[in-house]
Amino acid sequence: MRIDFTSSRVLHVDMESGASRVISFGTRSAHLGGSGLAAALYTEYGLADAPADDPRQPLIFAIGPLTGFFPLMSKVVCGFRSPYTGEWSESHAGGRLALAMRFSGYDALMITGRARSLSCLVVGSRRVEMHDVHYMRGQDVFTAGKYMRRFGADRHGHRSSLRIGPAGENGLGYACINVDSFRHFGRMGSGAVMGGKKLKGIVVLGDGSFTLPEGKAYPALFKKIYSDVTGTDMMRKYHDLGTAENLLVLNELHALPWRNLQQTSDPQIDGISGERFAEQLLLRQTACAGCPVGCIHIGLLRQQFASDHEYLYKQVSYDYEPIFAQGSMLGITNASGVLALLDETEKVGLDCMSSGVALAWAAEALEKGVISEKETVVPLRFGDVHSFIAAMGHLVRGTNDFYRLLGQGAAKAAAEYGGEDFTCVLGQEMAGYATGEVFFVSQAMGFRHSHLDSGGYAYDQSAKDKDVDKAIDFLVDDEHKRVLINCMVSCMFARKAYTPERLQEALSSLGMTEAADALTDAGRMVQRERWRLKIATGYDVNAVRIPKRFKEVVTWKGPVDVAYMDALKQRYARAILDMAAAGGGEN
Amino acid sequence: MKILRASRMERCIGCHSCSLACARLVHKRLSWNTAGIRISSAGGLSTGFEARTCVACNPAPCATACPTGAFSQRKGGGVKVDRSLCIRCGNCAEACPVEAIYIDPEESFPYVCIHCGRCVPFCPHACLELADADEGRQEYGGGQGTGTGRDHGGQ
Repeated sequence: MRIDFTSSRVLHVDMESGASRVISFGTRSAHLGGSGLAAALYTEYGLADAPADDPRQPLIFAIGPLTGFFPLMSKVVCGFRSPYTGEWSESHAGGRLALAMRFSGYDALMITGRARSLSCLVVGSRRVEMHDVHYMRGQDVFTAGKYMRRFGADRHGHRSSLRIGPAGENGLGYACINVDSFRHFGRMGSGAVMGGKKLKGIVVLGDGSFTLPEGKAYPALFKKIYSDVTGTDMMRKYHDLGTAENLLVLNELHALPWRNLQQTSDPQIDGISGERFAEQLLLRQTACAGCPVGCIHIGLLRQQFASDHEYLYKQVSYDYEPIFAQGSMLGITNASGVLALLDETEKVGLDCMSSGVALAWAAEALEKGVISEKETVVPLRFGDVHSFIAAMGHLVRGTNDFYRLLGQGAAKAAAEYGGEDFTCVLGQEMAGYATGEVFFVSQAMGFRHSHLDSGGYAYDQSAKDKDVDKAIDFLVDDEHKRVLINCMVSCMFARKAYTPERLQEALSSLGMTEAADALTDAGRMVQRERWRLKIATGYDVNAVRIPKRFKEVVTWKGPVDVAYMDALKQRYARAILDMAAAGGGEN
Repeated sequence: MKILRASRMERCIGCHSCSLACARLVHKRLSWNTAGIRISSAGGLSTGFEARTCVACNPAPCATACPTGAFSQRKGGGVKVDRSLCIRCGNCAEACPVEAIYIDPEESFPYVCIHCGRCVPFCPHACLELADADEGRQEYGGGQGTGTGRDHGGQ
């Protein structure tokens, strides 16, 4: 096969009719790929006036022009209307999916409509099939994964397997899509979008191959980048302790949220530090396809299931954010306890960050008497692994009104039951950085309400002053650089290796000189277009509220400066509205 | 003569850098299939990885099965390939006892390891090595190499 670099090749599958077609879409130098491609596809095929849970709304998976060609170009952007906010959103995941999509010959997979019966989609370079999988209804992520191995069994090693658990089928606002057992499209509820389409799983076969451009420029640049990311210390922290090394660092800074952000540091950190995980539970590292770094840390969960010496073992991936959300935030101080909770979250198909932070709010609400055990059913207590595992079950099944609301986010439950002051919600359940004003504003207002939209947490740690303009300029500019990465679609860990200039060089080496020349401007347009879409689908930047709990935080710098945070908020709102106003469709 | 050995696959992280390097540098393709070494996971990602690559048979059944001389016996084990002689019959792949030969479904050409070692420097965990053909055939199935990957010149 040959790749057409001038436009994007999109496979559109309509679950309603079962029909599919290949579309040659748009102009590469305008939408670039990944984030820009997903936004452009939504602009063309999305229904701005219909609600997010309308099954006709597209669910889009998009890779970029450099996917598979260079190291760490190993991620996929999932674009969708979020069931959590109702707005246009994105989630990113790795695993084998990016390369499997590349080798199946598609820049994007776009799914619309709802199937008549629970279905599994199988996509390859020469195959598009829909299978009735009614027998998989309600199955957990692991069981579903095992059943799905029968699809494309001759491609094992190269196929990618996406599936949802009961959380996605039941429409929870933060249900995730599991990718290849250890990676996820987490946050913002992409799993519920899949569930709404009665789409239990997708298998992407990755069975094609491509002719490379002539000349020495491409292999030479590959070698240089490969040597940068493997031969220097640039990536060491990611494969050594992994992101979990941040637990000790942030705890020391008084910036690690504990017990629903009632504390920012705790001497019991040693029980759940990256060092503790690595020394006692780390089984091995693994990698996304196309990435030689291998940052995925797999821990050993050993559980006794009978009174004699009867044990089972499981492999559970861990990282900084999951350990924060299902560890410190829930007051768990034992690494195996964190793995047990993560394993349960994984099984039911919930986003581990959002579910951990939502349950932390519930535990504090129960502690304070805002709610009772009538609501929580189980006696939720900080530090009690078993009560949180039981609560996870109630959450996924939607046992009562309380859990059904909590399944749409802590803020929705608090609006009904009280306790809004201590919801740790910044647009969605917080990420693990109590670093201060800039991060709180950047997550609360940012495009995906994610710590990955821009480096606000890093800015908090390095800034010596409280210059509002400087901080917001940083957020906007850093977001721009990340938009370029998200259009290609590289792993965010490689952002130092993939400067805008390096990306231009990479595009040129493959013959995409037009996209290379247009890169910076196209990136600005994608940044604007994403904001425009978010606002067009319901985002009111002036309605964003930062709960009281964040104003009470004390970090290594002292108490949060509420006036500074308000000024940042107003200035960022203006910047976002300016960006959106300047936006427009790619054509 | 040197031969490629995937002797430390228990260290493999499944990055596919070896396959991609072979396809890119030897076959001028972007692929993880049309390559002399391919990585697969048997039974899901939790069970680790295995390498599908030529084990340097001597005599090589694929060379014996080739009706045109496109595959011929390589000194020390494995085969030499002359693609211009290949009639794309697929006999080589059928004869291979370890499924090391990939037949590209588009053009039906066989892809097999030629033991050139160009994939070796791209393995970040030193799972692969280029060893002397007569240096202790792997009676016990595993390599005794001492390379430790990233920390000691795995690049």
